[in-house]
Amino acid sequence: MSNGEQHTTAIKNLLFRMADDELIIGHRNSEWTGLGPILEEDIAFSSMAQDKLGHAQALYNILHSMGEPDADTLAFTRNEKNFYCCHFVEYPIRDYDFSLMRHFLFDTAEAIRFDMLTKSSCQPLANLAKKVRGEIKYHTMHANIWISQLGKATDESNIRMQAALNECYPLALGIFEKSDYENELMESGVFDGEELLQKVWTDIVTEVIEKSNLKMPDINDANLSTLAFGGRKGYHTEYLQPLLDEMTEVYSIDPSAEW
Amino acid sequence: MKSDSTIKSLDPRITRADIPKDEELKIEIAPLDQWQTYEVFHQTKKGDHHVHVGSLHAPNPEIAFLSAKEQYARRGKCVNIWVVKTADIFSTDYETEDMYENNSEKMYREAGGYKVMEKINKYKKEHKKPEAAKNEEVKS
Repeated sequence: MSNGEQHTTAIKNLLFRMADDELIIGHRNSEWTGLGPILEEDIAFSSMAQDKLGHAQALYNILHSMGEPDADTLAFTRNEKNFYCCHFVEYPIRDYDFSLMRHFLFDTAEAIRFDMLTKSSCQPLANLAKKVRGEIKYHTMHANIWISQLGKATDESNIRMQAALNECYPLALGIFEKSDYENELMESGVFDGEELLQKVWTDIVTEVIEKSNLKMPDINDANLSTLAFGGRKGYHTEYLQPLLDEMTEVYSIDPSAEW
Repeated sequence: MKSDSTIKSLDPRITRADIPKDEELKIEIAPLDQWQTYEVFHQTKKGDHHVHVGSLHAPNPEIAFLSAKEQYARRGKCVNIWVVKTADIFSTDYETEDMYENNSEKMYREAGGYKVMEKINKYKKEHKKPEAAKNEEVKS
């Protein structure tokens, strides 16, 4: 592989990882539509889920401009082996505490990642990062306020949020699973790397968690085997393929259908 | 064969439904367990008036802001939002509605009450630009 090809492959890999995360968590969070805890929150959560799908589409569009098929084809025709999302986004929505904690941990990482990418040498990605900044600012504000509210409200809400955090935290670390192209991306100034992202993320998450009367899980105590790696290489949980089947049901029946 | 004085239905829809007698049917309706409401005002441009756009339920101003953004500012431009507890708003009674009515004989106090169009038209005619005046002449 020539240097140029290697570079393109590395960028595409980053774009796929990001876009697939956004598509899957967007789809998952949209499952709350009509079922949210209260009307106002239902609307807010659904609206943010739509934002995620918008981010996925924008990222697939960049891939399309690099010679990949169009966004719909990328979203609806690949099977799980060709998806590069992390396990964290694949899990079912469960109760609202789990969904809210996932939203907090994922969106904090997403916000930092896009912030880092505003300086990317990949111009289309840098432009997109600048564009979605405001939108994601609302997402993290929404997450931070709810985590703080529920962390401090009652014993029950505190215990439920702590349990959700304990469960989500090891899964969330799968977001930062490195790909084979990490060095190429860092050397060419495309992305400053998962390690730095994770470091900044840990600091911010710790601050919000501690202000909310919750405790950061001790990762030594967490069962290390639950660290959810493999997603970035195409190995997924049992939850992804059924989700893809459901998501692509209409498309599979009639790829030319408009809706 | 001896028959029971009360007839038991064999219809499962009736035997299963444990329907209480009329007097037992008094269902207590608990008061609504709802958060208080907040009124939302949004501003489309810095310096403009904040305009009332609706209300929502929230436990505190912070959450009210969160909800207000998605309920009322996710479409169209918005630069700033105010939220106010509905309970903190003082308002007049609809019984005093007639207080605001205007009497037709007070038309002289309203802009529309002045009959000035004749004067305006006369002024316009006198101050027509030469070019426009010429066209007017040609037409006539």
